[in-house]
Amino acid sequence: MKSEPPVFSKRPVLVEIVTAAVLIAVPFVLPLVDAAPNTVNRILVWGLFGIGFDILFGYTGLLSFGQSAFYGTGGFIAAYLLTRAGFPYVVLALLIGTAVAAVVGWLIGLLALRRTGIYFAMITVAIAEIFFFVEFNPLSEWTGGENGLPGVPTPSFHFGPIHLDFTSGWSLYPFLAFCFFCGIVIALRIVRSPVGVILTAIRENPLRAAAVGHNVQAYKLTAFVIAAAYAGFAGGLLGVLQGFMPPDAFMFDTSGQLIMQTAIGGRGTLFGPLVGAAVWLFLQDFLQATLKLGATWKLVLGLVFVLLVCFLRQGIIGGIRDLIALSSGRAKRQAEFADAAAAADAPAATAAPVAPMGARHAAPVDLQGPILQAKSLTKRYGGVVANEGIDFAVAPGELRGIIGPNGAGKTTFFKMLTCEVPPSSGTIVFEGRDITGMRITDVCQLGLTKSYQVNQLFNRLTVRENVTIAALAELRGKFKLDLFARLSAIPGLAEQVEHTLQLVNLTQRRDTPVSQLAYGEKRRLEIGLALASSPSLLLLDEPLAGMSPRERIETVKLLKSIAQGRTMIVIDHDMDALFELAGRITVLQEGRVLVEGTPDEIKGNAAVQDAYLGGVHEEEIAT
Amino acid sequence: MLTWSNFLSQLFNGLAQGALLALISSGLTIIYGTLGVLNLAHGAMFMLGGYAGYVAYQATGSFVVAVIAGTLFMLVVGVVMERVVIRHFYGRPHEDQLLVTFGLSIVFVEVVRFFFSSQSLTVPAPAMLSGITSLGVMFYPTYRLAVVGIVAVALLVLFVVLYKTRLGLVVRAGIEDAVMVDSLGIDVYRVFMVVFGIGAMAAGFAGIVNAPVVSLTPDVGEAILVQTFVVVVIGGVGSFPGAVVGGLIAGEIISLTSMVNPGYAYVMLFAAMALVLLVRPRGLFGARGRE
Repeated sequence: MKSEPPVFSKRPVLVEIVTAAVLIAVPFVLPLVDAAPNTVNRILVWGLFGIGFDILFGYTGLLSFGQSAFYGTGGFIAAYLLTRAGFPYVVLALLIGTAVAAVVGWLIGLLALRRTGIYFAMITVAIAEIFFFVEFNPLSEWTGGENGLPGVPTPSFHFGPIHLDFTSGWSLYPFLAFCFFCGIVIALRIVRSPVGVILTAIRENPLRAAAVGHNVQAYKLTAFVIAAAYAGFAGGLLGVLQGFMPPDAFMFDTSGQLIMQTAIGGRGTLFGPLVGAAVWLFLQDFLQATLKLGATWKLVLGLVFVLLVCFLRQGIIGGIRDLIALSSGRAKRQAEFADAAAAADAPAATAAPVAPMGARHAAPVDLQGPILQAKSLTKRYGGVVANEGIDFAVAPGELRGIIGPNGAGKTTFFKMLTCEVPPSSGTIVFEGRDITGMRITDVCQLGLTKSYQVNQLFNRLTVRENVTIAALAELRGKFKLDLFARLSAIPGLAEQVEHTLQLVNLTQRRDTPVSQLAYGEKRRLEIGLALASSPSLLLLDEPLAGMSPRERIETVKLLKSIAQGRTMIVIDHDMDALFELAGRITVLQEGRVLVEGTPDEIKGNAAVQDAYLGGVHEEEIAT
Repeated sequence: MLTWSNFLSQLFNGLAQGALLALISSGLTIIYGTLGVLNLAHGAMFMLGGYAGYVAYQATGSFVVAVIAGTLFMLVVGVVMERVVIRHFYGRPHEDQLLVTFGLSIVFVEVVRFFFSSQSLTVPAPAMLSGITSLGVMFYPTYRLAVVGIVAVALLVLFVVLYKTRLGLVVRAGIEDAVMVDSLGIDVYRVFMVVFGIGAMAAGFAGIVNAPVVSLTPDVGEAILVQTFVVVVIGGVGSFPGAVVGGLIAGEIISLTSMVNPGYAYVMLFAAMALVLLVRPRGLFGARGRE
């Protein structure tokens, strides 16, 4: 059994060192193969532009077609300051351009992020187009219209007797390489921070990320602003590189080229855009200059891009990573299979007594009466009434079971209790506070969460990352901008993750991606995600569904142990299990409460028997 | 400058442009509604239709033949594109669908540029529709008036197909719930292919009809695509009436703003989109909860 601290990258500075070494080596190596320095410099600018875009697209899963807006904004602000305004400090001008682009990104993000998926893509395209037209028409006096802004100076620094002048070609390279290096170091910190992990959670499953207590909208906006800032900085560098700020920075083609380069190089890698830009620009030079293809180069690159999207989804870097994993990972994988098989064979042995995990969200001491109380809760979908007039109360510390035939409205009832869907009428009071109409994220932060009937996991992340995401919401609150914090520096995180993994018996599978887990393991992780935020009231929607008899026994044991120190409500069709677990049972039928009582009362209740068997009677009569 | 006849003629310009946008957008919106794929190559299809019509016109000299040949050609292009590429992306994330259709749009544009260069080409309006017509207070190009009529007929055909035929019933059911349609024993993938073909056809048809109004270049589809997005966002994704009303609104906004200051035409268009997003995020005719 491995027992390393939960840090996701084992050698955190290795990437930075290799990057620095490569950047230093480039001006010594590439001239040997006659690479044009100007092309190399342009690759760096595109690569830097792409770092921010990759955080937005590759990490957060938001495909924006409007990055040109921020590239152009940053670029023109910096260029205007340096040319027409006569501002002498190049680096400061670049930073001002970056800041303006970030602010613009924040404003645009507020609007564009109101929608997701394709709507988001369409809105970003449209917004970028506005910027293009505004730059060309109303603002052409300041931006130079279609002529752009010529005469952008290059940076030079004077430290006493030392003069550093960066002009063009290889002379400018060190300045751009340094900027790129700073950009990549900052980005690496961000993606390794808690925020970075949460961004990947949003990419994988935004619904669950919100349900475990993260303010998804605020984190999306954060990623959007980061991308805009990188774009703004890179736009400024474009002006410095060309000595002229071209208006086509604002064009849709700019956004398109960025997207294609990122997809070619590999999304979600930070270096993908750089690799993609290298392929793009060198291939362009080669096709145009060496093969004399003229304008056809773009057709060739377009075809290359379509083929890559079809067959190599994770781009060049992803393809290389898969190849390495394939050649070196076989032995490791076999060992892992053996491990997993052993774990599955002897669950009872490994599930040694684990200390129960108390609820961190302690109920207010002066809480009188029920921890949760719903009054005449009703949910209608058009003409369909899913729940009607449900009155329901649970006492602190209780373990309540809910049963009912399929379609009785159990899951809808849970969705209303956790504020995933708003009720059509009625109120919900949790720990003395009216939570009706609150957001699911805030309710989770108060200590009320649920596990889902259909698994809602972060599929491409590992078991440990999954649990970490849920635990972070509890430890950091719903939104915190600790962009440069390390996961290992968050007090209590490692313990809480380990403890949760032990409780749901997934310690040995902690580094396995969720997509490779067996069904029963996924069900346990589903409970683990809800558990990791240490709620005071935990709702479980059919935790036993689809499990084998042996898994059921294990899971019932698990439910008993997590019920200590918290209130739980469990929906399930396994009545034997519920009768064993629950103190009281509520029976729902056709959206209403049929009866409520102790397991013995329910077992003997004629109405309950009718609810389950009644349909059969009627059918028999009918036939 | 702001005379009554000027205003009226701009109003008609907006109507013609809006009708075209409505036709293109309805293709985009039914494809998205049914297949769940946002076709970023839709603008390129509009452009391709125009060039196909141009070739047919060069060969035969008949505008009618050009329209029919170009439209059928786009039907074939749409069906082939769906069979060869798009269908492999139904199970993949939206982002991949966007990437591949975006890539295809570039390929289409560059193929056309390869064969026809970047120079603009023109298709003359048919003789019987050329010249100008008197509308009492003003004179107006006959062909532009005809465009309104032609597109109205095309939209009517599309409406009949969507709302009065068995295929249309299946398509509309597919927009609501493709999985359910599939489990009813209807081959949903066949329907997808037909829908993609129809959508491509609508874009191509619009491309040829528009060719005598605005000259053809390989890049003509890009601006149209962006305007189509605005139309769909205003009207609501997956809604045919939304596409028609959104198209007319967009056409009038562009046209009437141009009368005052052409530089602000697009700014106003996108401001309208922003307003809809703020006040009614699902669009004027969009169903709640559909993304």
